[in-house]
Parts: sequence; structure tokens; C-alpha cells
Amino acid sequence: MDFVQFPEMSRGDLRSMRQAIDGGFREFTREYGPTLEAIFEPLKDLLVFIENLLITSPWILVLAVLAGLVHLIGRRFKITLGTALALLAIGYFGMWEDTMRTIAMVAVCTLVAIAVGIPVGVLMARSDRLRAVVTPVLDLMQTMPSFVYLIPVVMIFGLGKVPGVIAVVIYAIPPMIRLTDLGIRQVRPDLLEAADSFGASNWQKLTDVQMPLALPTIMAGVNQTIMMSLAMVVVASMIGVRGLGQPVLQAINNQYFTLGVMNGLAIVAIAIIFDRATQAYGKRLQKHTEAIHG
Amino acid sequence: MVESRLQSRGEGSDIEIRNLYKIFGPNAAAHVDAVRNGLGKDELNAAHGHVLGLNDINLTIPSGRITVVMGLSGSGKSTLIRHINRLIDPTAGEILYEGQDIARMSQAQLLEFRRSKTAMVFQKFALMPHRTVMQNVGYGLGIRGVAEARRNEIARHWISRVGLDGFEDRYPNQLSGGMQQRVGLARALANDAEILLMDEAFSALDPLIRMEMQGILLDLQQELHKTIVFITHDLDEALRLGDKVAILRDGQLIQQGTGESIVLRPRDGYIADFVREVSRGKVIHVGTIMRRGAPVDTPVALPRTATLDEAARALTNADINRANVVDDTGRHLGVVTLAKIVAEMIAPDDSEPLEDDAVAA
Repeated sequence: MDFVQFPEMSRGDLRSMRQAIDGGFREFTREYGPTLEAIFEPLKDLLVFIENLLITSPWILVLAVLAGLVHLIGRRFKITLGTALALLAIGYFGMWEDTMRTIAMVAVCTLVAIAVGIPVGVLMARSDRLRAVVTPVLDLMQTMPSFVYLIPVVMIFGLGKVPGVIAVVIYAIPPMIRLTDLGIRQVRPDLLEAADSFGASNWQKLTDVQMPLALPTIMAGVNQTIMMSLAMVVVASMIGVRGLGQPVLQAINNQYFTLGVMNGLAIVAIAIIFDRATQAYGKRLQKHTEAIHG
Repeated sequence: MVESRLQSRGEGSDIEIRNLYKIFGPNAAAHVDAVRNGLGKDELNAAHGHVLGLNDINLTIPSGRITVVMGLSGSGKSTLIRHINRLIDPTAGEILYEGQDIARMSQAQLLEFRRSKTAMVFQKFALMPHRTVMQNVGYGLGIRGVAEARRNEIARHWISRVGLDGFEDRYPNQLSGGMQQRVGLARALANDAEILLMDEAFSALDPLIRMEMQGILLDLQQELHKTIVFITHDLDEALRLGDKVAILRDGQLIQQGTGESIVLRPRDGYIADFVREVSRGKVIHVGTIMRRGAPVDTPVALPRTATLDEAARALTNADINRANVVDDTGRHLGVVTLAKIVAEMIAPDDSEPLEDDAVAA
């Protein structure tokens, strides 16, 4: 026996295996596709609603509300001012509508990631067994090239907004889950013991002690999730998600250098706004939770 | 009179700890019988990899009194106090309170018991860093579902009682260690529980602050009459606070009684070593060392609860060397001499037996 040629599966077997799996999945898609689509319908409605709100409202109002939100979250005038200037520049260069679509997309994806990620993270923090199961899944979600899981998502949902949201959430949710788990596990055990000594139930411990103390770490997870959602916007444009990603894709295909750079910079600007605002919020949360000195 | 400090006061129930064993390890229950039959801590660890935490503890904690459990680190004292509110589950044995065995309570009963009957103060304070002083003090009440307005009213009262007026809206990390532990004490007292568990509550504080906190605790206890279990590694603290003192070593109770009885009659060399450094004049009362007999002709009459320090001062101030000893009602009990007082203040070279005529009242 020589070791030069790998003893691989025969081509015929390999092909029939792939065909069997693909066939099975296609069956599944045909069977459950419409049901799944119906389940995700509210998500699409929400996305369309936010998108329309941002696009059809007067731009000056949208700008004021966005800057106001950033100020409420970050409480830093520099960040608020930067937000207003960046949005003005974006509008002036004709990217207002695409930017609004992208902001709507990122907002919905972040909400979904939070709504799913925090409960999963909490459960993971409570059970080492669940953690052992979930961690490799998260590793897979983060390292699998995103084009690969676009395939089944598109097979089920076709092209459009919903598969876009799902693809972005798959890519962006792992830090949300990981950092929720970490934040809760990092809560000092003596504080939990104190809560126990006063007769706190598990739910009371979670809401009064663990969640508030984990919040700065959870906020770091939110920040990461937003950044990753934004990064995924360009890839999601390949399956029909409209927004800043589409012009970038167009620019790649046609070698429009300036178009690519302008839209790329708009994505960067939004990313910086979101990042600085959520980080300032996280810092504010931590003000009183530093280590206690004796 | 002196021994009556061991009797319960008030209407509460004593806590009775009976044949309590705690073994740490994955298969603890299997080794209880072996330990009952004399398997020691070291053999258990060597042969089975289990750690013997508590070994056949029998202790009555009288209601309305301060019981101090003293021991060095690793003696099992923190383990013992955590059995009273079952933060740690016993391997075998009973902890009886109001006729109920805490060790056998269901989870729901246990939560209710912790909410209404016990409160705890911790060595490292364990205050919630994200809550203000007011919110920390009201924490236990919140767990019980007390409405916020009422909670703040009660919290304000206890914050004031521990001397932290004006600090209600501060956060724990803005306070010094001593102030933080006052918050810890107020948080426990706000719960209005009969049992107060204090786990090395003052050990992390500077000596002066510690003395001050001991004073606050004794003052509060004068009127509250809580059943307090106080853990410490400091014998002076144990003697100052404890109506009853129990000494723990390697998971076993080796002596219990009043602080005075332990100082006068240490049961073995280990305790004698501890006791040697104690200032006996502050611990021993004249009633314990007086000689029975007819009153002598002297202007000084001492209550029998006077310490030797106080007695020596009274005698030297009056420049005489004998005093009568009387009870609370002024009835004559016996006589002490300055020489006897001084002799008892100096630690004996050896734990010599007391003279027959010295009365342990």
C-alpha cells in the first residue's frame, strides 16, 4: 500500500451522498419553507416599518431624533455633534436613503440579537453542560464563511430582507451570547451569597444582582454585535438587502472606485457613531461598580 | 448571675445544633459513619480525599444573647455559621429552631425562613456596588416584597441608627471600610429578623474602627435582644462581645461557656495558649474570685459583676486593701482583697486549679 494517493471515497459515492443531502434539504425547504416564512413575517414588518419611518419622515426631524438618541445614550456633546455632522455629510453626498435602510437593518438585527442572545447567555451561565454544547456552535457561527450559510437561508427564504436579517444575526450574535455568559459568571460570588442569605429566589438574584452587575459586559456585547452587523451589511447585499452594501457591491463589479469609497466611508461613519455612543453608555454604567476598597 | 448570660432572654427560640457533621467531597454521606466511629480529619483526607469540615457539633445558641464562635482559619467556623441559614447543607445532624429542623426544610420553607428569621453580615461587606446605601439597606425588605416607600422609611431609620445620616444616596465604593460595614449592619437589622449571623463581621476593619463597631453592636443589642451568632478569630473580640463563647478547632467544638469560665479554666493546652495573652482584668469578675465570709469593716462595696480592673481601681483610689462584694440588691456575698485581685490579674504560669474557696457563682 502506498501513502501517496489518499484512500478517498469514490467519486460516484461522494456525488450520491451530496445529492441525497441536498435532496433532503430541498424536501425540507418545500415542506416547511412557507411556515418558516410566516413565522418571520413580523420581523419583516418591523424592518419595513422602521425603514419607512426613517425614509419618509422629514430628514431634519430624523437627523434631530438620531442625534438626540445618541446624546441620550452617550451623554457626550462631542459624539452628538459628530453624529449630526456625519449625517449631514452623508445626506449631502446623496447617500441618505441607503444609510437609513442600513440603520434600520442594523437596528432590527441588533434587537433580534439582544432578544435571543441575552436569554441564551443567561442559560449558558447557569449550566456548564449547556455551555459545553453552545460554545462550539458559536465558534462555528463565527468562523464558517458567511457565504456558506447564506445558501440554506436563501433556499428557505429566497432573496430579500428576512434572509438578510437571519444571515446578519447568525454572524453577529455570538459576542452577545458570549459576553452575557461572561458578565453573569463574573458577578462576585459573595454578592450572590449575600442575596441568598436574604432569601432571594433565583429570579430575584438574576434581576437584582446578576443582570445589573453584568450590564457593562453585556453592553460590550451589544457594541460588538452592532459592529459585526455593519460589517455584514455588504455581504447581505448579495442576497438582496438594500442599503449601503448594494452600491459597494456595484462598485466592486464595475470598478467604480469613488462610489465604493464614499459608501464605505458612510458605513464607517455609522459604525463610529454607534460604537462611541454605546461605549460611553457602558462607561457610565460602570461608574459605581468598580471594586470596593476596604 | 454571671452564668445566667448563657440563658436565653426574651421570647425567641434558642437554636439547637445537634450532632452536626459536614464532610466536603463528592461522596460525603458515605463517610459519616466512619467519622462517627473515630476516623480523623487527616485519615479521611488521605484515604478518601474528603475534607472533614465539622465533626459532631453540639451547641445551644441561647435566644437574645450573643454567642461567639471562635477559631483560627480552617477551624470550620465560617462553615458552621452557614449551616444556620443553610447556605451550606449539612452532611448529617440537626439544626433546630422553633421546633423545626432547618436541615430538613424544603426550598420554599428555606427561602421564607431566610427572609423572615435571619439576616447576615459578611466579612467583606458584600454590598451591592450598583445600589445606593439606601437601596442596599432596603435590599432584604425588597426581597420580601415590601413597597418602596415603606422600605425607604425603614432603611432611613436604620441608616440613622448606625450613624450614617446624610449618606443615603452614596454608593458603597464612596465609603470607607468602617462605613461600609455599618451599611452591612443596617441592611441586616432592617430585616427585623430574630437571628443575626455575623461572619467575621469586623475582621476586615482597622483596630480602632473595630472597637467602635463592637461598641455599636453592644449598644444596639442592649435594646434589640437579637439572637446573635458572631464568628471571629480574635479572642479579645470574642470575650468583649460574647455572652457565650464556643471554641472551634479542626471542626470540633473543644470548649464552650462564658468568656470568663474559658479564661479561668481553659480545657487544654491549645486554649490555654490563646488565653495567656488575654487581659484577665477585663474579663474576670470579682464575684468569681471572692472569698465567702462575714462582711469586713471597709467603706468599699463592689457589685459582683465588677471586673478585676474596676475593683483594683476602686481599692487603690480609696487606698485600702479589702472590699465587700454585694449583689444587685446590695445583699452581702463575700470579700475580696487587693492581693487576691492582683494575683488573679496575673496569668498563672500553669493552668493551676482554682482554690476551693474561690466561688464560681
